[in-house]
Amino acid sequence: MAYEPSIDKSLLEGEHTEASIDAAIADIVLDPKTHTQPAINHLKLGKLNVKIPAPEGYNSPWFLFMGIGFLFVNILLVSIAVLVFTGIGIWGNNQPVGWGFDIINFVWWIGIGHAGTLISAILLLLRQKWRNSINRFAEAMTIFAVMCAGIYPLLHTGRPWAAYWLFPYPNVLGMWPNFRSPLVWDVFAVSTYMTVSILFWFVGLIPDFATLRDRAKGKIARVAFGVASMGWKGSAKDWVRYEHASLILAGISTPLVLSVHTIVSFDFAMGIVPGWNVTIFPPYFVAGAVFAGFAMVITLMVPIRKWYKLEAFVTMKHFDWMAKVMLATGLIVVYGYAMEIFYAIYSGVPWELSLFHNRWEILQAPYSWAFWLLILFNGIIPQILWIPKMRQNLTVLMLVSASVSIGMWFERYVIIPISLTRDYLPSSYGYYTPTGWDFAMFFGSMGLFVFLLLLFIRFLPMINIFEIKELKHQLDHEAHAENGHGHGADTEAAPAH
Amino acid sequence: MSHGRDTAPKPYGTVAGFATADELLAATQAVVNAGYKKLDAYSPVPVHGLADVMNFKDFRLHYGALAGGLTGATVGMSLQAITGGALTRIGIELPPMWQYAHNTGGKPLFSWPMFIPVMFECTILLTAFAVVGGLFALCGLPKPHHPIFNAEAFHRASQDRYFLCVEATDPRYAPDQVASLMHEMGAESVEHVMTSEGY
Repeated sequence: MAYEPSIDKSLLEGEHTEASIDAAIADIVLDPKTHTQPAINHLKLGKLNVKIPAPEGYNSPWFLFMGIGFLFVNILLVSIAVLVFTGIGIWGNNQPVGWGFDIINFVWWIGIGHAGTLISAILLLLRQKWRNSINRFAEAMTIFAVMCAGIYPLLHTGRPWAAYWLFPYPNVLGMWPNFRSPLVWDVFAVSTYMTVSILFWFVGLIPDFATLRDRAKGKIARVAFGVASMGWKGSAKDWVRYEHASLILAGISTPLVLSVHTIVSFDFAMGIVPGWNVTIFPPYFVAGAVFAGFAMVITLMVPIRKWYKLEAFVTMKHFDWMAKVMLATGLIVVYGYAMEIFYAIYSGVPWELSLFHNRWEILQAPYSWAFWLLILFNGIIPQILWIPKMRQNLTVLMLVSASVSIGMWFERYVIIPISLTRDYLPSSYGYYTPTGWDFAMFFGSMGLFVFLLLLFIRFLPMINIFEIKELKHQLDHEAHAENGHGHGADTEAAPAH
Repeated sequence: MSHGRDTAPKPYGTVAGFATADELLAATQAVVNAGYKKLDAYSPVPVHGLADVMNFKDFRLHYGALAGGLTGATVGMSLQAITGGALTRIGIELPPMWQYAHNTGGKPLFSWPMFIPVMFECTILLTAFAVVGGLFALCGLPKPHHPIFNAEAFHRASQDRYFLCVEATDPRYAPDQVASLMHEMGAESVEHVMTSEGY
């Protein structure tokens, strides 16, 4: 058989039975009290203690953050409404900068989504068992991030009600998309990515829906999860097919996720704009996407694990490895920055050279602040993760992840508007200033993300229950093999029946 | 609404519950050794080795995925080539509605390297549809009801118990013999399950 690496024991902390795993994960969904009980009412950031104000009886951060998320969803809706009524003139993009916040945010969100597919697909193929505790959550993050990303190009078309023109269909105009355009590739890539991510996620949820169906006490929950589980029985024959399906889906998702950000980078790399027309863009974008995605997983996992007492499943080992992936992809990204500068100098193309002077000359170049913030957030701050102790400090991890998220946003800011403000002709020189609506939409989409994520936490199991049980079985077997025992049942705390 | 079909409850099989996956594996082996053929095991997690014991192999999903992928690749490439007017090169004129010959940078009408990204995405999309559709079809999903759910203890099959069912359609099926074999193998619960009224 294939190579099976031995599993790190610290992936699952404490003593568990299958029932205790169910109770810890499934009951977060089934017992509404987990969301209203005062899990925490203060945030601890080092020495700083922030008290979270909450109305009487709703001490849980779930309601607090849901409220904030909902507020920002409304801000998003208002800005979309104003945009649709007025036109995209309310945004800051104008000649010569046709791509502003909308494309920056699109690329940023898509990138964040990539960690989910990486964790669920690539780590499955690589037989990395540590993915089991975080894959469901990361996949949900992928789907919501792609949803947030999709809003931008859709609205940027100016007439979102005619968005179906993007797809090939026979029409009375006799027009078909120009399939040689990377923007059309983008339509196919992102819609395929969204569809396949949802399918993969749903297939992963089916056995857990069955668990929830069988544990649910209320009738509504039982019926709802019963419908969602589609009658999953857990038959051995079904499991064989199920595992085949998961493996094939992982196998196709792996090249898919690489292709999506490659194609996103083609949007730039296929153009002749200085600073865009470079061959390193595809790998550099993919690495950046994984970098940003893992940062977002850490940012979200640290508080949620604490609120819902999931320390046993998402252990410090997980954070250690996520931090290492972040560090590695971060270095690839930094290599990309270095290569961009090298290209400019080595090629000697005056426009490329002037672009880089435009980026790095502090105080002289109009955008140098963005470039140096990018280097600080993405290049310098994450290097702290070389120190093993820092990877074990959740406060540090949160701060580094936040820095990476900001840094990756600045990366797109540096790539997109700066290049467009210095084109080949002086007539197309300009400066890009976003408007309030740009910010409203950006923060609004963050609100949508938080809103969807909290709904997910409330109504769906955020950790893959059956994969955690499988992990427990494998750990038990390894422990037995080490102790020289045969198969045994002594680790199964047999409950009375 | 029986429409004349006999829908009275019939014996479905004998279901035994075990506490661990290893016990289930041993019991399945014993049942197979005893010559039963129509059986299935139910577990909250995939139990490796169970399919081998049951002599169960099913690679139809793989062929389905391959077929989906090939269809996707063909559809993806021909969509772009045909609607881009590539057929005019070989003398086939389609009605104007079906093609729009873009001249992009003087590239030939059938500039296939530029068509690879979309072809690739179509391949992935149709493979995924084939895999998920195939999974549902082979597992018979969605199917909200199944006689096995009539077993009293079966709600734990998705939680922490492992079940083995010898079905009544097995030519050697004899409820008492199966039950005693199950008890021998350490079953916690043994039930004779009937199909539901109307199924």
